[in-house]
Amino acid sequence: MIDVNSLKKRFGSNEVLKGITTKINKGEVIAVIGPSGSGKSTFLRCLNLLEKHDEGSIKIEGSDIRSMEVHLRKKVGMVFQHFNLFPHLTVLENVTFAPQQVLKVGKKEAEKDALELLSAVGLSDKADSYPSNLSGGQKQRVAIARALAMKPEVMLFDEPTSALDPEMVKEVLQVMKNLVKTGMTMVIVTHEMGFAKEVSDRVLFMDDGRLVEDQDPAIFFENPRTERAKAFLEKVL
Amino acid sequence: MNLDFAQLVPSIPYILYGVWVTLQFVAVSLVLGFLWGTVLSLFKIGKITILRWFADAYTSIFRGTPLILQMLLIYYAIPQLTGVDIGAFTAGVLTFALNSAAYISEIIRAGINAVDKGQKEAAMALGVPYRTMMLKIILPQAFKNILPALMNEFITLTKESAIVSVIGALDIMRRAQIVGASNYRFFEPLLLAGLVYYLLVMLLTLAGRVLERRLAKSD
Repeated sequence: MIDVNSLKKRFGSNEVLKGITTKINKGEVIAVIGPSGSGKSTFLRCLNLLEKHDEGSIKIEGSDIRSMEVHLRKKVGMVFQHFNLFPHLTVLENVTFAPQQVLKVGKKEAEKDALELLSAVGLSDKADSYPSNLSGGQKQRVAIARALAMKPEVMLFDEPTSALDPEMVKEVLQVMKNLVKTGMTMVIVTHEMGFAKEVSDRVLFMDDGRLVEDQDPAIFFENPRTERAKAFLEKVL
Repeated sequence: MNLDFAQLVPSIPYILYGVWVTLQFVAVSLVLGFLWGTVLSLFKIGKITILRWFADAYTSIFRGTPLILQMLLIYYAIPQLTGVDIGAFTAGVLTFALNSAAYISEIIRAGINAVDKGQKEAAMALGVPYRTMMLKIILPQAFKNILPALMNEFITLTKESAIVSVIGALDIMRRAQIVGASNYRFFEPLLLAGLVYYLLVMLLTLAGRVLERRLAKSD
């Protein structure tokens, strides 16, 4: 579904992605892990054009993403580390905003969909609250509902639990696990190794802007091929 | 001390009518200045070099020269160049709108830059077009943050509006001076004018607080 070919990205003279080639199939759950500064987030952000790559190509269902900017963003949902909810809108308005503004869905219908999504993430009772009255875990669950409201075909998660207090990580991971069950294609940058091992179909291990391992999680976590992956796993596990 | 307010009494309605003139003047300048200032601020943060350059040069000139000079230029010099006499009120409104837009654009620019960049990214990731993102996501948050600074600018505008009396617009200030001149007593009418300006500014301050509280409901 997504074809990434020799992807390179530079910030000034600093090359952050040094040629990434991989394929993401429909319905796959991919965990992207690696030390900080390895380019995981940049890779993810390139997938929905929040960063524009310098060389190489990204194709979604055969067409280059740079030629389909607006169309692409409707297909690819994104969840951020710091939630980025709209603070001046209520929870319900956060979820209905893009469907109404971008997909031109009527208010009633958008609200009906939004309430269903909110109930799926366990937050129907917070529909009229403002983000500032929610806990971190609740904010992230709203952010997931907001992305899902656009009915995306792929969901990107950029360290969705890294900014959360430990006791709130579980509720967010649970929502993500439920999403896995629906067959959603997901790319997850994460430091939650247990979660990556449990839910992912493939692990992409990145280090220093390169894709070092592309591996089945059972194999990767038990018996990594490369020294760099071994060293990394020793540190985090 | 020899103050005689009794002599002022017949002229009070005349001076107070100036409130209406001043309010009209301030309201029109304020709305125009605000709109134009918003446009300028969007130029400043935009990607189009020529517009950015224009907005920066504009701000530099209007902040770098005296307001009264700008007003006299517009009032006296434009008719000299074009032969069109635009009148004191219009010239005043034009000057104040153009001038305050320069200040307001800086305030709004700072407000937009202070909005977390994650907001823009979230909107982009949802496929929200630039215009909608600005109008419904970024600017509402920016305005909330800059409201105190904006109120300050509006208060300044209200007080400074007194200099239109120089070109003969019949605002509160001008009327107080006329009454003073006809009675040969300046203290009383000027005191009244001062009181009226003070009350106007207090009203504006109060309105600002109410607005601030309403916008704070999402905190």
